[in-house]
Amino acid sequence: MMSGSSRRRIGRGVAIVGAGMSNFGMFPDRDSKDLFAEAFSEMLASVDKGFDPADIQAAWIGNFSNDFFVHQAHWGPIIADLTGIVPRAVTRTEGACASSTLAMRDGLMAIASGMYDIVLAGGVEEMSKCTTEEVTEGLALATSPYEGEAGYTFPGVFGALATAYFHKYGAGREHLMNITIKSHENAPLNPKGQFKQTIRDLMEARKARAAKKGEPVPDWADEKEALFDPRFNPPVAWPMHLFDCCPISDGASCILMVAEELAKSFTDNPIYIVGFGQGSGRGLHACPSLTSFEANKQAAAEAYGMSGLTPKDVQFAEVHDCFSIAELIHIEDLGFFPEGEGYKAIAEGETRREGRMPINTSGGLKCKGHPVGATGTAQMYEVWKQLRGEAGERQIPGRDLYIGATQNLGGTGGTCTFTIFERR
Amino acid sequence: MEERPFSDISYRKFLEEEKFMGSRCRKCGQIYVPPRRFCLECRSEDMEWHEMKGEGELAAFTCISIGPSFMIEEGYDRKNPYCTGVVTLVEGPRMVARIEGVDARNPESIKIGTPMKVEFLHRGEGDKARTFLAFRPA
Repeated sequence: MMSGSSRRRIGRGVAIVGAGMSNFGMFPDRDSKDLFAEAFSEMLASVDKGFDPADIQAAWIGNFSNDFFVHQAHWGPIIADLTGIVPRAVTRTEGACASSTLAMRDGLMAIASGMYDIVLAGGVEEMSKCTTEEVTEGLALATSPYEGEAGYTFPGVFGALATAYFHKYGAGREHLMNITIKSHENAPLNPKGQFKQTIRDLMEARKARAAKKGEPVPDWADEKEALFDPRFNPPVAWPMHLFDCCPISDGASCILMVAEELAKSFTDNPIYIVGFGQGSGRGLHACPSLTSFEANKQAAAEAYGMSGLTPKDVQFAEVHDCFSIAELIHIEDLGFFPEGEGYKAIAEGETRREGRMPINTSGGLKCKGHPVGATGTAQMYEVWKQLRGEAGERQIPGRDLYIGATQNLGGTGGTCTFTIFERR
Repeated sequence: MEERPFSDISYRKFLEEEKFMGSRCRKCGQIYVPPRRFCLECRSEDMEWHEMKGEGELAAFTCISIGPSFMIEEGYDRKNPYCTGVVTLVEGPRMVARIEGVDARNPESIKIGTPMKVEFLHRGEGDKARTFLAFRPA
């Protein structure tokens, strides 16, 4: 039987020749159109040899739940109008937090098939105009129905996975804190991110505020001591605390994809999509493992098979750290570290920018922000920047980068994607 | 067992009657909870209702401080978190369910592997009446 892992091929090569991203954060004065326009303008400016947007033949736009969050659905034609693509085809894709990776996938298939040569893929989400309770409820629409009625929230599902991981492998909250601390170390280096402070910066700010108010000043010895303090880091869905969770965000991102043979007419430095995989998964009640996402395994097998590459070939990755435990599970599922060993590698600094396998140099969803529909192509934006050596202060130091990857999760593992990018 | 479609609606109706029901493949014996109409193992559609023992052990859990609106309406909040978990049933399958009878304010006291027994929570009145699957330490 065909398992579908190693025999899939991209029929015609596809390259990214432009990428843009809005600032991510909470923007009461900007709506989805404003945010997408910001990303689109940067994408146009990033095409080295120039580009006429009238040449876009079709677009796919990821959006999870603006129908719920801002009571507006059918974002394809709205973005088409905004960007001047009208009257050509623009389609909305929905895969929960992986919505814009699915936009890229549709664009990839369209170019690979020969149907189109020049395609826009992107995504947008506008979440901050809702209350925290409304956002929690909106996101919970992507859990399985059984999880919903058992009272699970998004952080709750990941909290449960964390307890299973802790029990199986002997890890604890302190190991997840290494992920949070690392993401916050990268955060100040990303000018577009939602949070730009390290945990130590936040600790010192808290101490200064207490001193100014004449309140008792916390005497935390280090970041972990602060993160163990429930006043600094209250529980959300134990063992997920505030600093284990990505924020509520607004934002947009997009990439310009073209057929390989056209790539050099747009830039001397295109980034090729050489492997893509996507998997689906069941809820917590039916998944084969509580410490792994079956959808990740499928996505990874497909993408490695398609590209002919192995986990060892991938030099860095953006992975979907909606919650700290998710980053840990992903880096094991994708084969970057053996199962049950990831938390030790993280503790040894291997996933830091200077480490052997930098993960989430952007600050990750935790610090960069997670406007869910925009996240997939925003991860690709980071890989585009890193592979082209344009990541500024957060550029991975001392290495010639040519293979990067993005992993994007939708729902509670219901959709996972893995994409491998190459600079030639 | 009476004729009811192997569906989520039937499953929930059984819960209201305080019955925890799955479906069992007559061909290969595989048990599914919630029930499935098709056996994913042998692809048979020859299923029968199977009453679960309602016993198992805690496989994963979380204590939620910020819940969805229906849990907030039940009085749960940051000061009064609730526990929900994953239980591995003695028949093999797992199920997600509310976990009662544990101290959700003190999650360190809750242990994976704890033996569990089923319970049925009836909440709300009239049109809003719902029955939820729950487990508590045996």
